[in-house]
Parts: sequence; C-alpha cells; structure tokens
Amino acid sequence: MTKADLVDGVYGKVGGFSKKEAADAVEAVFDIMKATLAKGEQVKVSGFGNFTVRHKARRTGRNPQTGAPIVIAERNVLTFKPSQVLRARLNPGRK
Amino acid sequence: MTKSELIEAVAEKTKMTKSSAEMVVNAVFDTMAEALEQGKGIEIRGFGSFTVRSYRAYSGRNPRTGAAVEVTPKRLPFFRVGKEMKQQVNEAPLPDKKSTPPEPHKA
Repeated sequence: MTKADLVDGVYGKVGGFSKKEAADAVEAVFDIMKATLAKGEQVKVSGFGNFTVRHKARRTGRNPQTGAPIVIAERNVLTFKPSQVLRARLNPGRK
Repeated sequence: MTKSELIEAVAEKTKMTKSSAEMVVNAVFDTMAEALEQGKGIEIRGFGSFTVRSYRAYSGRNPRTGAAVEVTPKRLPFFRVGKEMKQQVNEAPLPDKKSTPPEPHKA
C-alpha cells in the first residue's frame, strides 16, 4: 500500500470531500507527524500505536566479519510500538 | 502528541473543521490497520514502511514468576524508519523523557 492507495481508502471511507482534499489531508497527517518527531516529541495514536524517539548512547560494536571493534556514535532512533488493539486485529481468535 | 492533538493540528493546517479532521485521521489509521490485517505492507515515502512479520510458537517465561508459558504463533506489525525521517530524528534535540527527573535535593 502506497500513500496513493491510502488516499483512496480515506476517500472511500469519508464522504463530503474531493479526492484532492483527501490527498491534502493525508499529506497533512504525515507532515505533522514528521515535524513532531523531528522535534524529538513522541506521537501517540490510540488504537494504532506509539511512535517514540529514543536516545541511544555511544557504544563499541564489532564488525561481525572481521571482529574489529568499531565505535557506534550516540544517536536518536525512531521506534514504533503497536497498540494492543492493532495487535489483536492482526491476530483474530488468538487468546 | 496524542491523536486528539494530531486532529487539531490537521484541522488547523487544512482549514477543515475539527470533526472533519477527526474523520480523516481515523480513516487514515483504520485504512492502514486494514492493510496490515490483510498482511499487506505500507510504504509512506519520507516517513517509513510497515510490514507484517509472522512469529512461530515458542515457549517463553513469565518474567515476573519465571513460569514457563507457551506463546502461540502471532503476527506483528513492524515499522522501518525511512531514510529522510531517520536523519531528521537523529538531528532532533533530546527526546521526551518518560518523566522528567526530579530536581536534586539541596542539603
């Protein structure tokens, strides 16, 4: 599914909008999420999941091929944790 | 940012009413969830992609009691950060802390 398919899905679900308006709104959703995460702030979408920026400290890793130690610099990473609701939707009938 | 704050921001940006923005935001995540339910991946350029990963049954342990538990097969959504987003996040200021640490006590 691409963003265009997503726009089609939204357009099909929500009446009273042109396709262009649906596309603009979908674009706005991701623009806002991106800008928020770029500030280091998390985005929590109830029923779907949470996007969180996490800080990783500098550490020493190894080149798995040669065993040579390499420094992995400190960095921020984005993680997604699916909500229980989404997990349940992917696993119907599971306990 | 919560979903309701996202809805407000979308309403402001698109000049939609809040109730319209709410319908759109819900439709976005519902459409994405439907795709994942069908085992389909989602690719949003500049943001990231979602895929569905299947896990076979395994025996795990209750981390609190140590009791062995059988974990039945499951499917989980997996998010992979897009290149552009990855770079932006890396340049972000310090991420939100779960809670801000209390001020140290002064003697």
